Amino acid sequence: MSTRTVEVSLSTPGLDAQGNTTTVPLGIKLPEYHAAQDDLGGEHMLINLGPQHPATHGVLRLVIELDGETVIRVVPHIGYLHSGFEKLGEYRHYNQIIPLTDRTDYLAPMANNVCLALAAEKLMGIETTERCQVLRVIACEISRIIAHLVWLGTTGIDLGAYTPFLWCFYQREVLYNLQEAWTGARLTTSMTRVGGLMADIPDGWEAGLADFCRTFPRTLQEVDTMFTRNAIWCGRTQGVGAMSAADAINYSLSGPMIRASGVAYDVRKDRPYLGYETYDFDVPVGEYGDIYDRYRVRMEEMSQSVRILEQAGERLARLKGAPINVDDPRVILPPKSRAMSDMEAMIFHFKQVMEGVKAPVGEAYMGVENPKGELGYYFVSDGTAKPVRWRIRPPSFINLACLPKLCEGVLLSDVIAINASVDIVMGEIDR
Amino acid sequence: MTDVSPSVAALRAKFGSAIARHMVSCGDTIVYVSAARCHDVLAWLKDDPGQRFDYLTDITAVEYRDPERPLEVVWQLWSIDRKATLRVKVELDKAAALAVDSVFDLWKGADWLEREVYDMFGVTFNGHPDLRRILMWETYAEGYPLRKDFPLRGHFSRAEQTRQALAANPESHYSLEELSIAAAYDELPADVRERLAHGERGGVK
Amino acid sequence: MGLTESEGGAGTEVSTMSPNWVTTRLDFLTNWARANSLWPMPFGTACCAIEFMASAASRFDLSRFGMERMSFSPRQADVLICAGRLPFKLAPVIRKIWDQMPQPKWAISMGACASSGGIFDTYTMVQGIDTIIPVDVYVPGCPPRPEGLIYGIMLLQKKIKGESITDDALRQEHLVGPDGLFLPARKIDEVSEPFGNSVHQTRSA
Repeated sequence: MSTRTVEVSLSTPGLDAQGNTTTVPLGIKLPEYHAAQDDLGGEHMLINLGPQHPATHGVLRLVIELDGETVIRVVPHIGYLHSGFEKLGEYRHYNQIIPLTDRTDYLAPMANNVCLALAAEKLMGIETTERCQVLRVIACEISRIIAHLVWLGTTGIDLGAYTPFLWCFYQREVLYNLQEAWTGARLTTSMTRVGGLMADIPDGWEAGLADFCRTFPRTLQEVDTMFTRNAIWCGRTQGVGAMSAADAINYSLSGPMIRASGVAYDVRKDRPYLGYETYDFDVPVGEYGDIYDRYRVRMEEMSQSVRILEQAGERLARLKGAPINVDDPRVILPPKSRAMSDMEAMIFHFKQVMEGVKAPVGEAYMGVENPKGELGYYFVSDGTAKPVRWRIRPPSFINLACLPKLCEGVLLSDVIAINASVDIVMGEIDR
Repeated sequence: MTDVSPSVAALRAKFGSAIARHMVSCGDTIVYVSAARCHDVLAWLKDDPGQRFDYLTDITAVEYRDPERPLEVVWQLWSIDRKATLRVKVELDKAAALAVDSVFDLWKGADWLEREVYDMFGVTFNGHPDLRRILMWETYAEGYPLRKDFPLRGHFSRAEQTRQALAANPESHYSLEELSIAAAYDELPADVRERLAHGERGGVK
Repeated sequence: MGLTESEGGAGTEVSTMSPNWVTTRLDFLTNWARANSLWPMPFGTACCAIEFMASAASRFDLSRFGMERMSFSPRQADVLICAGRLPFKLAPVIRKIWDQMPQPKWAISMGACASSGGIFDTYTMVQGIDTIIPVDVYVPGCPPRPEGLIYGIMLLQKKIKGESITDDALRQEHLVGPDGLFLPARKIDEVSEPFGNSVHQTRSA
């Protein structure tokens, strides 16, 4: 290997004509690898980060080649949480797959439930009711907020700020109370069913949601005060881990990762579902694609989610008493009282539970805008009640693949910051 | 929307017989192409000004329960400007070696996606720079998990799986890519390099 | 502890030091100190790790139990809390972490997946971490509520308070045997047997 010059980008972000972050070469010449002529020069170190590590956000293993403090290359190793979800899905009816989806992206379980129901409904050609769609939008936006709050809190910890973690998790508890009141579970919600929902919201739930929408922006403001113009935060995040727009598209990034790089791709706007085209909200798009931009994008997304939640709450009031399930007894379980007294209802109940709902022959890909990026479920059906293939298109998996590119030439502590900014959840990556 | 994507007609005009058939399922257009030309087709879909499928959403594979049906490799494409989707499939005969061209040179996002298809189905992607297992450990000996002849609980007994797992210990050996960046690799004797290439259990499938 | 079979016959071997007034007072002091300052080694893998983080946050506050100092280095930890599912690829990792922890050490298996494999009776999943390391407390739930985890921790504290320094068997290391397994193979297979409808969800038995 020949001598090479290390270029380190300073914290004055800018993009040149090609869309690359401008760097100021410090002109450090590394000696040839084999010859240790210089006292200070020498071998590269291979160090191992993970899979058990506080800052890898799950069981991720990074093998880092270091020249002193400077990273030459990062090789991520995944698979430490591979659970066989896609294989399990082939042995389950569509409704039985819904509890599995809670456990892939466990930071935003309701959003995964919704995506699965949408994918199955696309496959079966089912159109859900209006109230169901509004409730699903509420579920997705709540999931967005709780996922981004985890990201915010844990990224703060990675960069040395512990207190916002506590603030964020307190707000998550408020939302967990709402989730628990609705679905019975704090985390593993399983709240959708093919054709509808497991249950309608209980009394007083809208008031709880409105309360949250009223009080949450204050927490966002507090965290914003802590971070946005903080010298340490800016010094560690601006200009670090930048990704150009062209690269972001080529690496198939999605979600805040691609939007921070300047590409305005949001599935809610580009392939609307659940009536998102009728809601009034903005999608924040960054400019430099560095960690700071990703932070700003996610913060703003939380504000926009509150905006959507307020609009959805108003629609809920208008749709009071409307049905949440489609009126199709072949797909939706009859109420228990009828199933025990009416013969036809009992037969429908029996067939659905024992045989499942058969999907027609065909295939469907449904992409939704999850907090981490574009989550896609791809079902292939052979006419039976169990899918032939259930493919999860995991946003974190694809986003993490660009980590080696982002970490070329940065310092070791920047690797932690960049890894945090990719916002991964290992359950989804490894499935 | 059950209309066929206009890309199909354009593909047929450009590639003729390489386009086997197409269908529409649940509103999505699916095009079946021949394995030999699939790289050219995908490159054209990416670069042609009328198509501009610059975003690779997903790569996966499907094996059907019916053993007669071939194994399909699926590319899910999206055009950011045109807001259009397309699904491209290649059918691979299960009796022959499962291999198809890699599209890593077109989309960098294909890197890990192809590694996963290799890991789960055993499909080789010609031209991929570093095709090794990604979800299972590199010396995993039970087979390709998402194939239909692979049982849900695996082939081996739980005790045997535990034993192999505890012995595999992925952290104690580095992959070829990592070792190649260490100068010591060049100085290693040939048999050690051979052993590293094959892993501790004797065979990287 | 857990499913470990003690070597060399049935029953626990009590050391030659007989318990007396001094040792019981020392026991009280030692156990009180240990139980109320358990530094957890959070081996968080999946969803249970999020509930573990919620337990450590302000609403449920593990700090009340002296456990807010998360020790990510096993060398400085007292209790390994395996929060989440453990695939086979991670098995040697948890084994190594457990071996690196110095005595006295305990293990809490948090969640259904860590305790028994949970809903994942698949080719990748260890059917209970007690096939890899000795476990003191199992906390069921998917995920267990933070109150459930705290109850498990309190059970562990109760267990610790019942220990004695005269009992050498408590602090004995249970290593992986020469056959490469922690438990005998037939025991692993026995506890990993699918029961009920873990594979086919539409049939009971």
